[in-house]
Amino acid sequence: MSRSLQGSAGVIATARLIAAKDLRVERRSRVLLNQVLPFALIVMVMFAFALDSDAVLERVAPGLVWLATLFSVLVMVSRSFAVETADGALDQLRSAGVPATGIFIGKMLALMAQLLVLVALLVGAAVVLYRASFSWEGGVLLVTTAIAATCGLAAVGTLYGGLAAGAKGRETLLPLLLLPVVAPVLIGATRATESAFGTNGIAISEGWPWFGLLAVFAVLFSVAGAVAFGPLLDD
Amino acid sequence: MNTSMSTKGSPRDRVTGTPFTRGLGILVLAGMALLIVLGLFVSPADVNQGESVRIMYAHVPGAWLAYLAFIVTAVSSAAYLWNRTRSLTWDRIAGASAEVGVLFMGISLITGSLWGRITWGTYWTWDARLTTTAFLFVTYIGYLAVRGLGGTHQQRARRSAVLALLAVLEIPLVHFSVELWNTLHQEASVAGRGTNVDMDGLMLFTLFLGVVVFTLMYVWLVLHRQRSLTLDDMLDDSGLDNALTARRAEGMKR
Repeated sequence: MSRSLQGSAGVIATARLIAAKDLRVERRSRVLLNQVLPFALIVMVMFAFALDSDAVLERVAPGLVWLATLFSVLVMVSRSFAVETADGALDQLRSAGVPATGIFIGKMLALMAQLLVLVALLVGAAVVLYRASFSWEGGVLLVTTAIAATCGLAAVGTLYGGLAAGAKGRETLLPLLLLPVVAPVLIGATRATESAFGTNGIAISEGWPWFGLLAVFAVLFSVAGAVAFGPLLDD
Repeated sequence: MNTSMSTKGSPRDRVTGTPFTRGLGILVLAGMALLIVLGLFVSPADVNQGESVRIMYAHVPGAWLAYLAFIVTAVSSAAYLWNRTRSLTWDRIAGASAEVGVLFMGISLITGSLWGRITWGTYWTWDARLTTTAFLFVTYIGYLAVRGLGGTHQQRARRSAVLALLAVLEIPLVHFSVELWNTLHQEASVAGRGTNVDMDGLMLFTLFLGVVVFTLMYVWLVLHRQRSLTLDDMLDDSGLDNALTARRAEGMKR
């Protein structure tokens, strides 16, 4: 396997293998389906209890969607690396000469795919529970926002998850490391979603600059992760 | 660094003071005394802000020092990763600097919000600079937590160096997005900020003195902390050896 995994073609092949592996693990274990998605839904219900007013909920629905996403990201990143460190799989991948960049991209893509499912569900929950609604045009903005935001979240999550992987006390450390970094995603995605939902009469065109912020974030941290993941794992 | 601080030999009998740091320490103490006298008693009260202006003499140097500390942390982290030797000295400087930086960022956040309460009538405003500072504070608390994760010294150094460089990427992004968020969603929150302040000569001098004294204090603290971190690492390294030697000595006695 190691011979065929050198060079940039090797990175892509590794990424594909790792992503497929992670998604296969999810398909068989159903942790996302049976644990994370219900968790995210119950968070959305709890928000309604806390805020206790239809008008307020409608106004803050975009923010709640992305807050629930952030909480779920923490759980999903922990899960993503628990799979790797449980049997020392990460160390073995590295000692087998598998390119770290490929591992990073693979895990990031798998995480991103799962996050997209999560966000879709949460937007659905916002429509049902918080009376959010959007037009076709808003839907386009929503989808592109979700792609950029989940890409950024997955990159940062994988990077910091790898950093904390294998260390004692990582469950409590990860939120502290991750949440400050993803603040721009929360800001950008919430504003873009507000435009898409038309919250407070905000026009859809106002959402696109926020999409730009999300895209910049996603690109920057994807590149940083691809570069930094190797040095992090080389222990 | 001083030759007595080489990483060989026993950490016992070692102190972190050298003639240079002792002299520096005395200078810092004297400067601090002068700063207190000037800041609290000699310098005049401000026309608009009254006595609360005196908070500035601790707040501004503290904030300056905190940002300086994080720049030093980032630069020495880069130096650690850049050098083939992977010298742990760079890592310890980064760690020592971050510790001092977190302390002074905490101080400047507290003094700043107290001053804000008196002057603006509010402890906090969602201004980009304030918010970014708070994020920087939390980020470096996380950085210090990562340093405490354990593993080998080189593991610690590599992890924390990467984290410090990621913070360099993170902080401008946070600042930029908070600024964007603020300008679109909030009116200018506090009146009177950004206005040109014509400062009294003595006030300006006191502020300048504060910056100098705080900077010297930073150098002093980081030198000592860096050396005590070296001792910590040596103690870790020698811990097993010492235990083995003690065990063997016990066996000989019998």
